[in-house]
Amino acid sequence: MGAYTLRRILQMIPVVLGTTFLIYTLVWALPTDPFAGRCGERPCPQAYVQLMTEKFNLDDPLPWAYLQWLGGLFTGNLGETYTGLLVWDQVASAFPNTLKLATVAIMFEIVVGITAGVFAGLNRGRFIDNLVLLSTLALISIPVFVLGTTLQYLLGIQFPIFSPTVPPGAPWSSLILPGFVLGALSMAYVARLVRSSILENMRSDYVRTATAKGLARRRVIGLHVMRNSLIPVVTFIGADFGALMAGAIITEGIFNINGVGNLVYRGILNQEGALVTSVVTLFVLIFLVVNLIVDLLYGFLDPRIRYE
Amino acid sequence: MSNPISASLEATDQQGALGTEGTGKPRSLGRDAWEDLRRRPLFLVSAVLITIFMLMAIVPQLFTRKDPRECDLLRSRQPPSSEAWFGYDSLGCDVYANTIYGARSSIAVGLITTVLVALIGSSLGTMAGFFGGRTDSILSRTADIFFGIPFLLGALLVLITFPSEPDTPAWQTIMKVVVALTVLGWPTFLRLMRSSVIQVRSSDFVMAARSLGAPPRRLIRKHVVPNSLSPVIAVATISLGGYIVAEAALSFLGIGLQPPVISWGSQISEAVPWLRVAPHMLFFPAIFLSFCVLSFMMLGDAVKDALDPKLR
Repeated sequence: MGAYTLRRILQMIPVVLGTTFLIYTLVWALPTDPFAGRCGERPCPQAYVQLMTEKFNLDDPLPWAYLQWLGGLFTGNLGETYTGLLVWDQVASAFPNTLKLATVAIMFEIVVGITAGVFAGLNRGRFIDNLVLLSTLALISIPVFVLGTTLQYLLGIQFPIFSPTVPPGAPWSSLILPGFVLGALSMAYVARLVRSSILENMRSDYVRTATAKGLARRRVIGLHVMRNSLIPVVTFIGADFGALMAGAIITEGIFNINGVGNLVYRGILNQEGALVTSVVTLFVLIFLVVNLIVDLLYGFLDPRIRYE
Repeated sequence: MSNPISASLEATDQQGALGTEGTGKPRSLGRDAWEDLRRRPLFLVSAVLITIFMLMAIVPQLFTRKDPRECDLLRSRQPPSSEAWFGYDSLGCDVYANTIYGARSSIAVGLITTVLVALIGSSLGTMAGFFGGRTDSILSRTADIFFGIPFLLGALLVLITFPSEPDTPAWQTIMKVVVALTVLGWPTFLRLMRSSVIQVRSSDFVMAARSLGAPPRRLIRKHVVPNSLSPVIAVATISLGGYIVAEAALSFLGIGLQPPVISWGSQISEAVPWLRVAPHMLFFPAIFLSFCVLSFMMLGDAVKDALDPKLR
């Protein structure tokens, strides 16, 4: 287990380097003129161009500039934006909001998704099963921005049950609607995953054995079926956590949440290279670490899987 | 976008193929799957819907005689009437005509991206899975690098690096979105094809062909690829819907397809600020988009079940 973890962490290093280099190239090296449109209608003054070129190492050859940036990253210096704000401060103020939003979304996935999946799986072919299948299909096919804007209009403005936008500080109560919107797609997948996983396990030999030796149905389902059916769900939800944080761009935009997605979106539009590279690197790291944890968790939950 | 693979696995219609047994002649997997598919209501419904959407994309004139670019500011945001079933948008263009004409670019992006992604991903995946060793390490690690970049963010970055001007030809704008989605989408198919090739590679019939002296080229073309392609086909169909959504999401953010090009995403994007006064502007393109995505997802689900012998 320890050796496996170590090997995985070592394998992460080239991936992180490759990804960050790719992003760095996209942001800094490919645009023909990084100062185009930066100073309004007129071209930027020479002094400004010189200062910025020096500050962001734009004159150095690409690999060297990248290494300098990487060195800064390791010493905790994420750099400054063009306006002189520290990237670290910006990320630190936005990150907790995104974390809260993703947590609400995950809660929806766990509570609603698993419940719906269990009911559907245990009542195969009945009304509730068809209801779950149909509603999840609808949720999967409605794009998140349509769902978001429509629900914001219906439940935030037309029938003001929820607040239509999220105030600064993002109190939990204001995140219910955005969290639902963000988690809706995965919630539908979780429900379907639980359903099919239960159906598969209900046919398995150990369930037949458990029933044959006279265990009560409650016990068969509660102990044997559920435990085995929830393993793939745990890993799905775990891996989804990273995807949700990165996927929050649209949801955060609609509900005006001061989160990392919104931050990086504005960064991309304003071509704030330092900001974009840092945030994307952060996302990639989260994605890789979460995936590692999920894989380790898998071996822990299912003793048949052993890593060596 | 890789979620649907595992998530929507359904064990429906187990007795599907039983009725056709005993006709003597052995059937190929493809033929078997087709016989199975023809009986699935899910397949029939989605096939009809997809045919309609395809017709819409190829000959929009069949569905409307109005010109989507014939606009009159006097009728800006008028609600649906007998004159214009879906009403008018901000510039006074007919929403129905726009929605019909929007099918073309949305479906084109989805279709071309899917074909490219599946081709690139599965051929590299075949190489990685078949040759193993160093080839596999290099290809897989490269795929990991692209896989780690969040999908929407990466596509945004690519598109902002190569911006479209208002006078960029439509096909160029479309191809930019296609490239952005392809660059980030191919690793999914590499992984899928790789694992399925590894399974097939060690099977007895490949071993037999190898010991008869078949060169690697022939092994790959005749034995390995045909037998490991089915998951790719199923996932490609499902992701086609996903890429249409991704295009719409990029256009919604104002970076994908832009106004001279008509697409569902850009229509929705323009409609959002007016949601309170003119909900019809959002409603109709959104319905079309959702149904188009839905039909590709249903088709993919049906194809996946039909191609999976375990579910028979």
